Amino acid sequence: MRVLKVLLRKEYLQIFRDKLLLRQMILMPFIQLIVLSSAATFEVKTSRVYLVDRDQSSVSRGLVDRLRASGRFRIVGGSGSMNLAGEALLSRDADMILGIPPDFERDIVRARAGSVQLVFNAEDGALAGVTNSYAQQIIAAYARDLNAGITHSVRESPRIELRTRGWYNQELDYKHYMIPGILVQLLTLTGTLLTAMNIVREKEIGTLDQLNVTPVPRSAFIAAKLIPLLSIALVLFAIGLGVSRWVFGVPIVGSIPLIFFAALIYLIGALGLGLWISTIVHTQQQAMFISFFLILIYLLMSGLFTPVRSMPEWAQLIAEVNPVKHFIVIIRSVMLKGSGFMDILRPLGMLAATGLIALTLAVRQYGKQAA
Amino acid sequence: MISTLAAFVTKEVRHILRDRQTLTILLLMPLVQVVLFGYALRSDVRNVRLAIVDPSPDYATLALRDRFQAAGRFTVVVTDKSMSRIEPLFRKGKIDLAVSLDRDFAARVESGEPARILIAIDASDPNTGSTMQAYARAVIVEYEQDLGSRGSPPVRIDPQVRMRFNPTLESVNLFIPGLIALVLTLVSALMTAISLSREKERGTLEILLVSPLRPWQIIVGKVLPYLGLAFANVLTALLAAWLIFHVPFRGSVTLLLVESIIYSMVSLAIGVLVATRTATQRVAMLVALLATMLPSTLLSGMVFPLASMPRVLQLLSNVVPAKWFIIIARGIMLKGVGLTHLWMETLVLVGMTLAFMLIAVRSFKARVA
Repeated sequence: MRVLKVLLRKEYLQIFRDKLLLRQMILMPFIQLIVLSSAATFEVKTSRVYLVDRDQSSVSRGLVDRLRASGRFRIVGGSGSMNLAGEALLSRDADMILGIPPDFERDIVRARAGSVQLVFNAEDGALAGVTNSYAQQIIAAYARDLNAGITHSVRESPRIELRTRGWYNQELDYKHYMIPGILVQLLTLTGTLLTAMNIVREKEIGTLDQLNVTPVPRSAFIAAKLIPLLSIALVLFAIGLGVSRWVFGVPIVGSIPLIFFAALIYLIGALGLGLWISTIVHTQQQAMFISFFLILIYLLMSGLFTPVRSMPEWAQLIAEVNPVKHFIVIIRSVMLKGSGFMDILRPLGMLAATGLIALTLAVRQYGKQAA
Repeated sequence: MISTLAAFVTKEVRHILRDRQTLTILLLMPLVQVVLFGYALRSDVRNVRLAIVDPSPDYATLALRDRFQAAGRFTVVVTDKSMSRIEPLFRKGKIDLAVSLDRDFAARVESGEPARILIAIDASDPNTGSTMQAYARAVIVEYEQDLGSRGSPPVRIDPQVRMRFNPTLESVNLFIPGLIALVLTLVSALMTAISLSREKERGTLEILLVSPLRPWQIIVGKVLPYLGLAFANVLTALLAAWLIFHVPFRGSVTLLLVESIIYSMVSLAIGVLVATRTATQRVAMLVALLATMLPSTLLSGMVFPLASMPRVLQLLSNVVPAKWFIIIARGIMLKGVGLTHLWMETLVLVGMTLAFMLIAVRSFKARVA
């Protein structure tokens, strides 16, 4: 016990001595939260439209006005030629082309049906898809209004009245979704990467061998390495949680102790992974590289950016043993939905299981290698 | 002079080749990433778990339920008579969407008074949530249209939609160019920064400096092997993208490779710069992460569209080399354009390369002297 205390003192001293590293570690969550939360959005604000209006009628102008009035579309150019319009797409001056054929108005009035052309720059498929759905909605609404105008009837009352509600995030604020995920990423990076680097550094400098020949028991050494990093990661997590609550206004509906409890369990696994990495590598460069590689896979397969349930079956199976996935599920549901302990029992159990397995394997591997 | 440089490069190459672990990962990385991005990262929404609240089932509500079943995208997980039992399911994450139908639905649809439907989504994921909502809406709107209008046929405007450059809206086509940028950044900037600062930490840099090698030779010698490695990575990533996912290559492959080399050089220069400014590997790594990896994944338009970002970040993205490279790579691969459309972006990249190299060599000399 006394040995552990001395070792812990040494670790804390070492960490606090490296002011640059410390500053970086504290700065990182802030920068990440600020940049990520405003950068990580798929929301489409305004799309630049190139207009090819070959009808030049009141109906076609009405349609263009509708698009513009929605605030989602901005007309950046126009001509009568589809070729020029195509060139605008190629040179990235416009995101979409709206083509209105001649006789558009005549078709609408006589045949009660007209057609328009929508051409998208679909390099970014998701973006184009969303823009398309906005445009379609506006065009459909315009057609309904034209209907009322042309048939001179009162707008017929609809048969079905649709209302929609977004639970847990009324304003559909993307930040509320991303920020809990970013906090998870933060814990993972500090937990795994710093643990791996910290131990490998001793290896590289040669002090690990010195420690191994002292009467310090292995368990004390490992505990002395993990506890300081665990506490630092938790402090960073608390800072991050505070920033997201007070700076970004992300609500914390559920219980805060429950969030920290989950974070603690999660960290055991993350640190275990870091320890394991440190046993199989020899230099900090390797440690960094392998951690980075693994963390990247973990994060990409976790549902942080894209929903897990959109993945193919096999990928979803792999995601089941991914602790990051479970922790993201937990933190999102506790923070935003106010889920209680019983609601998250299963992911919490998975988290504990994967964490313990990782740590046990790492400690065993460490023992083998030192012997 | 050339022979000293050659000897130095040989030494560096041996260093890299000796470290089998890192080398394996370095070479495997692009492959794994392409496969992951291609298969696993999909933002399209399939299999929506639906709850239907139907207080008084009748023929109309049953017809609407069938519509949802038949749409293919929805799985009706639960049907209940009251909304209160649905909420806990949301909290447990068992359902994604709830459609609540009005009492006496059929009677209302037949009479003049509209029947009300509430669509509730789990908006803790706003993106997926609103997509699901749009799908549900489409089912209901179609149902309403098929009920028929009570008056004359309504006016229709048929939008004819064309998705150019990526008609199937495959996300892999979008990710591959960004992925190449990411791999290049990782290998070029991060590896160089760490490799140089390692020599510094161990004190071997001093030995190199008193050798007949000139500072620029040291930098070139450090950088050249990584450039080769980066090039190999680009080839693997492109090959994997082409063979596994049939990502189109509409433009000139040679141009793409040349641009990749230019981009690698910017990243290498940044890596050298980071190494000259930091003392230890750990700090070099953190700084390199913050200065290169973060911006090249987030502020480059690789995953998240730049157009959606706030003005400040859009301006900031202009100094991120990855942004320009991704525009170039997407232009060449998906649109098939050449230098006539991409000269500006290329010029920016070349300019950045020169600027960063100049700063890096200068700052290296300053530290040395």
